[in-house]
Amino acid sequence: MSWETVIGLEVHVQLSTNTKLFSGASTTFGAEPNTNVDLIDLGLPGVLPVANREAFHKAIRFGLATNAEINQVSMFDRKNYFYPDLPKGYQITQMEKPIVGKGSIMINVDGVEKLINITRAHLEEDAGKSIHDLFDGETGVDLNRAGTPLLEIVSEPEIASAKEAVAYFKAIHQLVTFLDICDGNMAQGSMRCDVNVSIKKEADDVLGTRAEIKNINSFKFIERAINFEVTRQIKILEKGKTVVQETRLYDSVNNETRSMRSKEAANDYRYFPEPDLLPVVISDKELEDIRNTLPELPKQKEIRFIAEHKLEESEAKILASSKAMANLFEDATSKTKDSNLIAKWLVGDVSALLNKDNISIEESKLSSDNFATLIERISDKTISGKIAKSVLEDIWDSGKDVDDIIKDKGLVQIQDESILENVAKKIIENNPDQVEAYKGGKEKLFGFFVGQVMKETQGKANPQSVNEILKKLLA
Amino acid sequence: MSIQYKTIKELTLMLKAKEISNKELIQETFDLIESNSHLNAFVTLNKENALNKAKAIDNKASDLSLSGIPIAQKDLFVTKNLRTTCGSNMLSNFIPPYSATVIENLENAGCISVGKTNMDEFAMGSSNETSFYGNVQNPWGENLVPGGSSGGSAAAVAAGIVPAATGTDTGGSIRQPASLCGITGIKPTYGRISRWGMIAFASSLDQAGPMARTAEDCAIMMNEMCSHDLKDTTSLNKEIPDFTKNLNTPIKGLKIGIVKEFDLSTLDNEVVKIFEESKKHYESLGVEFVEVSLPNINLSVPTYYVVAPAECSSNLSRFDGVKFGKRCKNPKDLEDLYIRSRSEGFGEEVKRRILIGSYVLSAGFYDAYYKKAQQVRRLIKNDFDNAFSKVDLIMTPTTRGSAFEAGSMNDPIQMYLEDLFTVPANLAGLPGISIPSGYVDNKPLGVQLIGNSLQESQLLNVAHCFQTSSDWHLRTPSSEIR
Repeated sequence: MSWETVIGLEVHVQLSTNTKLFSGASTTFGAEPNTNVDLIDLGLPGVLPVANREAFHKAIRFGLATNAEINQVSMFDRKNYFYPDLPKGYQITQMEKPIVGKGSIMINVDGVEKLINITRAHLEEDAGKSIHDLFDGETGVDLNRAGTPLLEIVSEPEIASAKEAVAYFKAIHQLVTFLDICDGNMAQGSMRCDVNVSIKKEADDVLGTRAEIKNINSFKFIERAINFEVTRQIKILEKGKTVVQETRLYDSVNNETRSMRSKEAANDYRYFPEPDLLPVVISDKELEDIRNTLPELPKQKEIRFIAEHKLEESEAKILASSKAMANLFEDATSKTKDSNLIAKWLVGDVSALLNKDNISIEESKLSSDNFATLIERISDKTISGKIAKSVLEDIWDSGKDVDDIIKDKGLVQIQDESILENVAKKIIENNPDQVEAYKGGKEKLFGFFVGQVMKETQGKANPQSVNEILKKLLA
Repeated sequence: MSIQYKTIKELTLMLKAKEISNKELIQETFDLIESNSHLNAFVTLNKENALNKAKAIDNKASDLSLSGIPIAQKDLFVTKNLRTTCGSNMLSNFIPPYSATVIENLENAGCISVGKTNMDEFAMGSSNETSFYGNVQNPWGENLVPGGSSGGSAAAVAAGIVPAATGTDTGGSIRQPASLCGITGIKPTYGRISRWGMIAFASSLDQAGPMARTAEDCAIMMNEMCSHDLKDTTSLNKEIPDFTKNLNTPIKGLKIGIVKEFDLSTLDNEVVKIFEESKKHYESLGVEFVEVSLPNINLSVPTYYVVAPAECSSNLSRFDGVKFGKRCKNPKDLEDLYIRSRSEGFGEEVKRRILIGSYVLSAGFYDAYYKKAQQVRRLIKNDFDNAFSKVDLIMTPTTRGSAFEAGSMNDPIQMYLEDLFTVPANLAGLPGISIPSGYVDNKPLGVQLIGNSLQESQLLNVAHCFQTSSDWHLRTPSSEIR
């Protein structure tokens, strides 16, 4: 009988509020240590938290977009434990009454869709950072991150493979960036997740003992960590032994998970309702206002693109896959008519370059203006598609203006038929053998003549005109 | 003319009439602090700043309501640039970078903070014996405790050093020492006064309030201490009346409830006698007494001693030796730093409560203790709601007896039971006031009035009417009637 993998994810999404969850301190990334910290973040004696309404609104956007129950009365609880980067000795979180209840999200693995249920999503404050390697024999504490609002999204244990887990994490990433509630910057830790993995026999109803892998912050590492963990657990089970319930850490250097602490050594967090904060009440009107300002989500965009621009479904899906891609497409269609050409370039060459460099559009040097101009120059026949490819590559490297590149490199397409005819005549003259073979029935050689003309004109010849001229001359 | 035993009202008149300068008043206050230093009422003095502020008022007259009035601040309120210890070794070196809202409110009204008063460590105690800075002596007797936890504030007012002081009341810490020191103290409705800058003991119970010689002075203090503070979300967004406005409203026809379930027969005869005399006095003013039932009231003390330690165990977690306060010498590692800093920094009573609190919140015990206690708390609140549909106020003794001798009460449980009459108002979030009502062997004793939510004005008026028709509050430890 074969083994079945059961995975649940707890995704921590850093909400892009201006200020912290319970204080007025800034949430800007990368500031000098302990500068984005006020009295409340320090946990000084006598301070009190005040809940940030904006964080609730962002959490509700997520809830509405995942068809979740919104708890219009939600409460905070304290989770007690000692750690130097936890200034109060407790974390304020939502245990009993989270802002977002049961919801769901669609994932897509190799073209197959699967609905994953979300148990809950709750607000909590992030801890600071302990820095162990900067000071000899001492630990530094940076509280800039302490108090940053997090939305912890807990999935049901319905994810069946590392691939599905990555797809789920990507779906959450896509959604929170579309909703504009998180900057989605994985490198800065704006999204991290804890992965619960267990293995059971296919026929078993009861779940196996799980291990929790903490704090993974990249798509790649999620996949690797799960694959390692699945193999490890199956090996244990096949030897007839049992998996220990514990918290593990993924080591990306050695590509393995290691035990952090066992269940017995786990903290008793002594949760209880936070007495310093009243329950947060969201009015019907507040909820309606948020519902009415929800942005268009990927699926809706996809449907609209197909309807408005007569795109293929596969094209529309790629264009709607990220907010930046969709924006690039829509910006370009507002500036130049040929939406099919735009789609073709985005899905083809632009996506290929993105994949090659493994970056997002925001990280590339391609601006929407420049991209629109590039398409326009193809449409108005200033440059050929082939030349456009090299212009795009040039923009990719330099970020230069399309028209400047065309001008500086003299890439304007040769439209003048008399010039092209002269070139063609010269080619025919210089290649009598090929002419004879062509005329003798070797029609494939037509491409050779086209190639030669293009070579002679450094690719600037209008391919359509070249075809017509050569056909006429070789007839 | 001595300033000792003067009220806010009297001192304000003296200042206005220029019978005394602001500087003289503050200088004399510090002389009184000095001559009463055996009371150990103050932990930290604010002499230089206080004198400077007084001089400034002399130079530029002010008509603020508390202009130039010397006030003692309980050392639980953080004061910017002035050491705040909360009665603990843990904070013996703590200089706060900000001030509590209460402190700001009072100082903005012109008062002069002369110093920080001694208190039970982190407000945990009923006799001021848990303070790291030593016992406070009750001005009424050499070996007597002043009560707690606002013992230093109560002693400073009772000794006539300052006309008023701030206190905080989590389970009786204003009313009980007021009773034992022969002064007036009110704990307002939970949320009336901002908790911003009050070092938390039990967040859902803590409430600041004034302690003074008269109900009238308490009203004057309340006018300045109360505010709706956006920095404290539990602070009430309710209209704050002028608490002095309704003083002297006739109380004829008022109904006061006597709690059926409180068995006064367990108290000393003298204590019962004083309570009965207070009733008679009110009856002479036209008040009608009605028996009311608070069926769950006798669960108050056990409920309180689950909820309060639970919250304190969490609130005191921040004192870990990492960021502020005491840190042990040469810690071996992180765990050693935590264990030794906290073991050395906290006293025995605080440790006991942290242990109780951690226990009642721990996995497997939470439902049986903390959750159950919160349910009982709700029942107690309901009992009061029912009672207040029948009566305007409720009257009880404030304490089981008068001040006891230091060191005489060694059993913590016995000490906890001292809070029998005071904790219900905290659990229900209701306002309560203690006023002097008699003497047992020349030791003062108070009577407590509990009002419905937000009814402090009525409470102060009923207390004021008692005081305008009696002289218990006018007696002083130096046995002269003012």
